Amino acid sequence: MDFASSERAGAQPKEITSAKIVVAGGFGVGKTTLVGAVSEIEPLTTEAVMTSAGQGIDDASKVPGKETTTVAMDFGRITMAEDLILYLFGTPGQTRFWFMWDELIRGAVGAAVLVDTRRISDAFAPLDYFENRHLPYIVALNCFDGAPRYEPEEVREALAISPQVPLVMCDARQRDSVKMVLVSVVEHAMRTLVAEQGRGFPAPVG
Amino acid sequence: MGQPHDPRGNLVRPYAVTRGRTEPRREIPIEAVLVASQAAVQEARFAGHDKYRIAVLCEPKAQSLAEIAAYSRLPLGAARVLVADMVDDGMLALHSAAPKQGFTERMDLLERVLSGLRKL
Repeated sequence: MDFASSERAGAQPKEITSAKIVVAGGFGVGKTTLVGAVSEIEPLTTEAVMTSAGQGIDDASKVPGKETTTVAMDFGRITMAEDLILYLFGTPGQTRFWFMWDELIRGAVGAAVLVDTRRISDAFAPLDYFENRHLPYIVALNCFDGAPRYEPEEVREALAISPQVPLVMCDARQRDSVKMVLVSVVEHAMRTLVAEQGRGFPAPVG
Repeated sequence: MGQPHDPRGNLVRPYAVTRGRTEPRREIPIEAVLVASQAAVQEARFAGHDKYRIAVLCEPKAQSLAEIAAYSRLPLGAARVLVADMVDDGMLALHSAAPKQGFTERMDLLERVLSGLRKL
């Protein structure tokens, strides 16, 4: 290790790359549980504050007693190597905060949309969102205890997801199960990238 | 700078630590990590409480903008303004987020992430 060269912050020995995977889904579907099952840190919360000068979703100045809107996102971290860190970001539960989603998916490897079979319609908005963005995504059914069990094909039909979108069953509390979900996201991202390359499309940026 | 008698009260409060500035001097992705050298931590002692805390946080291990915001209990936007200042002033080294272009670069990263996940 060359300590002499670390005089300034700019002289780090190695460039560290960070990647992120986005976990979407309705409120209470288990996004934070999923993140916590594999994260090396307790899931943290970061907040974005939207002011009236913000994104035009809320004109906060016209709402008395409600000057700002806070959008919270939970996230976790997996340090894979000295020079590689993977972050997992849960999307804000409220789907109207699209501006925050745009920031979250920029540069992401891919996404998993977590679905609760008892509230399947909660997944519609996230699915619509990802379909309209060039971000590879998979659908993960969180198998809650006591929730009705459906065949994957029934769920696929109910959600109207196309055949090339992978659908997996998972238990968001189980580390191995969550690992499998994340592996599916990355494998799907690789297939998507290869397919784009094969068609000669320019790689989509963020 | 700011509107001290703004009737909307704490509308500007989230940005008090940046003295009202809401535009960062550079864009920093939420997952990009930052590192401070020991020398930078010493330098940050004179840069104000918030910047010093951020430097101390990023000295033992690399922290993302999201982590800096969460641990400092700052809104993401305010943390980004401070961190961008510190990068420009040489107090923090900004490391690259995932490559967005180039088939080989992107595929290499996906392969590394995949093998990292399998090893978990």
